[in-house]
Amino acid sequence: MNKPLPHFVDTSPFDVYETERLTPEQERFYMAPQWRLIWWKFRGHVIAVAAAVALIVFYVSILFSEILAPYGRDTKHTEFIYAPPQSVHLFHQGRFIGPFVYGLKYHLDLETLKRNYTPDRGQVQPLRFFCLGEPYRFWGLVEGRFHLVCPARGGELFLLGTDRLGRDMLSRLIYGARISLTVGLIGIFVSFVLGISIGGVAGYFGGWIDAVVQRIIEILKSLPELPLWMALSAALPVSWSPILVYFGITIILGLLDWPGLARAVRSKLLALREEDFCTAARLMGASPKRIIGRHLLPNFMSHLIASATLSIPSMILGETALSFLGLGLRPPVTSWGVLLTEAQNIEAVALYPWLLLPMVPVILTVLAFNFMGDGLRDAADPYS
Amino acid sequence: MLSFLVRRLLTMALTLLAISALVFVIIQLPPGDYLTTLIAELQSQGEQVAQQKIDFLRHQYGLDRPMIEQYGIWVWGLVHGDLGYSFEYNKPVRDVVGDRLLLTVLLNFATVLFVYLVAFPIGVYSATNQYSWGDHGLTFLGLLGLATPNFLLALILLYLANVMFGTSIGTMMAPQFIDKPWSPAKVGSVLEHLWVPVLVIGMSGTAGMIRRLRANLLDELQKQYVVTGRAKGLPAGRLLVKYPLRMALNPFVADIGSLLPSIVSGSVIVSAVMSLQTTGPMLLSALQSQDMYLAGSFLMFLALLTVIGMFLSDVLLAVLDPRIRLGGGIRR
Repeated sequence: MNKPLPHFVDTSPFDVYETERLTPEQERFYMAPQWRLIWWKFRGHVIAVAAAVALIVFYVSILFSEILAPYGRDTKHTEFIYAPPQSVHLFHQGRFIGPFVYGLKYHLDLETLKRNYTPDRGQVQPLRFFCLGEPYRFWGLVEGRFHLVCPARGGELFLLGTDRLGRDMLSRLIYGARISLTVGLIGIFVSFVLGISIGGVAGYFGGWIDAVVQRIIEILKSLPELPLWMALSAALPVSWSPILVYFGITIILGLLDWPGLARAVRSKLLALREEDFCTAARLMGASPKRIIGRHLLPNFMSHLIASATLSIPSMILGETALSFLGLGLRPPVTSWGVLLTEAQNIEAVALYPWLLLPMVPVILTVLAFNFMGDGLRDAADPYS
Repeated sequence: MLSFLVRRLLTMALTLLAISALVFVIIQLPPGDYLTTLIAELQSQGEQVAQQKIDFLRHQYGLDRPMIEQYGIWVWGLVHGDLGYSFEYNKPVRDVVGDRLLLTVLLNFATVLFVYLVAFPIGVYSATNQYSWGDHGLTFLGLLGLATPNFLLALILLYLANVMFGTSIGTMMAPQFIDKPWSPAKVGSVLEHLWVPVLVIGMSGTAGMIRRLRANLLDELQKQYVVTGRAKGLPAGRLLVKYPLRMALNPFVADIGSLLPSIVSGSVIVSAVMSLQTTGPMLLSALQSQDMYLAGSFLMFLALLTVIGMFLSDVLLAVLDPRIRLGGGIRR
């Protein structure tokens, strides 16, 4: 038997599972839960990640508005009305003294009645960091005086200028973020609940319920959104307190937004309810509520969240537009839209262009939400 | 085709009826009616208001009848062109609005036209030259257009015009024509002033349209019949126009369903910002003073505008695509 075989045989041991075995990387990939796959895919979109980081910074900032803002929301500086933005310098006459601003010298242009402010080169006002400044009540509860940055003692600090009552624009923008950024969240919550329950019922039961819901959606979709928002918010009672008005506006914004979501839920459910796992659940006696909530919705929850992210900006813009027109939130509540009402007077804007500044955070937020939503939508289906 | 038209007209009428009910509910939402406000105002000025007079007014305006009946009267009036009574101006709504309705129609129509005229060539270019410099540039511009809210754009334009030219661009016509009867010179002036608001309102719609047309056309361009056509030696231009473009055109036309409401929305706020002589500023002031009949008429009018626009686009679509007029819905 020592004769060599007539054909070639590999002497190395033969492993039948060789082709099926996974490398550790493949195994990590195949065993990963869905949310991790989504995260991996989302991480690939550089712009979307940057947008998400920016949004996180924005939203964290509204937790500490009082500390971040150098002044209070309504602090008036009557001797600095329509003061221009001050620029921060590092060197005074060639000598380094750290970040400081020059004091402002005021004189009234008697021909145009324009308030002119010129930096006073003799007055050096170094900024103070992590300092005690104007007292405030943190979230209206705890008293405090700690600020991230304060003006020099006896000096002033208007990095983005002041408005017609001499209130610091930067501080007002920081406080305004609290309202403007949360409007979208509450609104989307309302629209999410409505959209999922109405769309879910329509899609799961079908038949005449579906037909009725479809008609309602069509009617609501054919209506121009903004005039309807305007009419509804004009109908809010004048006697309501600012907080009630705030909730009223957010609910109005959410009330008209659900049709799109409901339509998406419905079409998905119409297909999914025919699946075997759904029949199995029904045979085991699960209630419609449980089947929809437990077995059907999780199938496309990531999609829903992604599309919800994309409709937050329209709500933020809606609130801005309503407040800008004077139909939404009213002072003393301060949102970016309320700040922009100052810019309605175009003559004032021509003289004091920094009144337009509240636009910048609005556009930034909207862009960030759009980019993040796009990224999320692409990542929402990691198995494709 | 006829049965399609009839069916479509019927749904349109039903939709309008439902919208009118909704609008009427909104009109009735604020607590009290205009008369209570009026009486409070008169009393604060020290005038005594006799109960008799109140009752008379209440009866005259039909405010003492049940809700359903008031709704009936209102709808009946609407159908007959009677838009109700503006309490703020003390005039019938029809006299208050003047040629604002016409200008609103003109503005919205011009914007839709603008959106299609601009979006079509750019969309086709972007799709056929995918990932070229032109495509990237246009996509970026489109993103910017989508993200800039139109009323902020209007504000910026107003500011720039004020600073650079020292003029106000916020009108629909030269000042000497306002509230004057129509004449060729007035028409010319309106057309001259039209492009700024049209550009502002149409910006985001155009950007969205370009994106959708590009995506649709790209989908079609990758299909096999295009490859076949190219393999058989059809010239590029002819191939494009003959098949894929026609397929991509359907959703392009059907998209007016989402485009029109957003344009009407945009025109309201942009005209309020730029104080154009359209319904926008008046709707705003009517809402602010809770002159609800005036506001209701405007709302109804804007809804009518979108519903009719959608009807027209559906008819157009049915002409384009036999699948639609023979039953079956719009494919999106």
